[in-house]
Amino acid sequence: MAKVVGEVIIDIERCKGCELCIQACPEQTLALGKAINHKGYQYVVKVNDNCTGCVNCAIICPDAVITVYRKSLKPKQEVAV
Amino acid sequence: MAGEVLDVVAEDIVRPENLVYRRPSALLDVDMHYCPGCGHSTVHKIFMEVVEEMGIQHDIIGVAPVGCSVFAYNYMDIDMQQAAHGRACAVATGIKRMLPDKFVFTYQGDGDLAAIGGNETLHAANRGENFLVIFINNAIYGMTSGQMAPTTIDGMVTTTSPYGRDPKTMGYPLKFGDLIAPLPGVAYVTRQAVNTVQNVRRAKKALQRALEYQKQGLGFCLVEIVSNCPSNWKMTPVESNKYVQNVLIPFYPLGDIKVPEVKK
Repeated sequence: MAKVVGEVIIDIERCKGCELCIQACPEQTLALGKAINHKGYQYVVKVNDNCTGCVNCAIICPDAVITVYRKSLKPKQEVAV
Repeated sequence: MAGEVLDVVAEDIVRPENLVYRRPSALLDVDMHYCPGCGHSTVHKIFMEVVEEMGIQHDIIGVAPVGCSVFAYNYMDIDMQQAAHGRACAVATGIKRMLPDKFVFTYQGDGDLAAIGGNETLHAANRGENFLVIFINNAIYGMTSGQMAPTTIDGMVTTTSPYGRDPKTMGYPLKFGDLIAPLPGVAYVTRQAVNTVQNVRRAKKALQRALEYQKQGLGFCLVEIVSNCPSNWKMTPVESNKYVQNVLIPFYPLGDIKVPEVKK
């Protein structure tokens, strides 16, 4: 079975830390960081590599700060590794 | 094992061919002034996605209201006009009649559309004007710090109904979609929400359908979107979305209220 891996890129300066994406993520990949951006908001960071690129976070994000990439790995590649 | 696989592909994932979601290009590359978690920004985003996907960025004209979304024209990379408080439908009528080939929409909140602009909206609907009205219903006046709106539900606490709305003295909440749906000029009325991922997807589809109906010239389309107002409800964005789900949606049930008979 092909494994799907994803990657999220978060525009931290535009994130307002509303945490809606954290709730929407089925893999608990996102969490609110401790650092703040130039507006004074704590922003969301990626905390693990479980992302599958389901785009739930990006769809619920009100400020469109999340860009999502998704790649499907073929079983052959997995075996080779 | 899984970690090893990921290590190998991590730098390969972020490539243009793997892109599945990005900020819509029709949304200008600026910060939005809305509060964290506000439904307005979500609706701006999904509507601009629809505009981008339909390729009508140069053929659509919007009318911005008065309210929190008064600066909508600063965020949408399309032609826009600002209307006086509540008069967006009257302005949109003029635009659509002069430029019938363009897509025209108004973007209004509940205070703008259902209170001060109730008359304009009702008569535009009754005339069957062929444009789209995006109605953001968060059951409160957001910009002016949370006064009771016509759409505030029974028992809801606002700054002007501190003991909760009592219909005996304050009137009943207005379901504007249900009010105009029976009018013959109205083609499409639907109520959606943006509190969950699934609802956001459905709302986006509804907006797309409404623009398609407008293209066919079927008449007045109203897409009501039940939204949140975390700041004035005094909740966190996550709590406010749960409130939408548990309290507002039972009163404002989601779904199509009226769909055109001719569907293609």
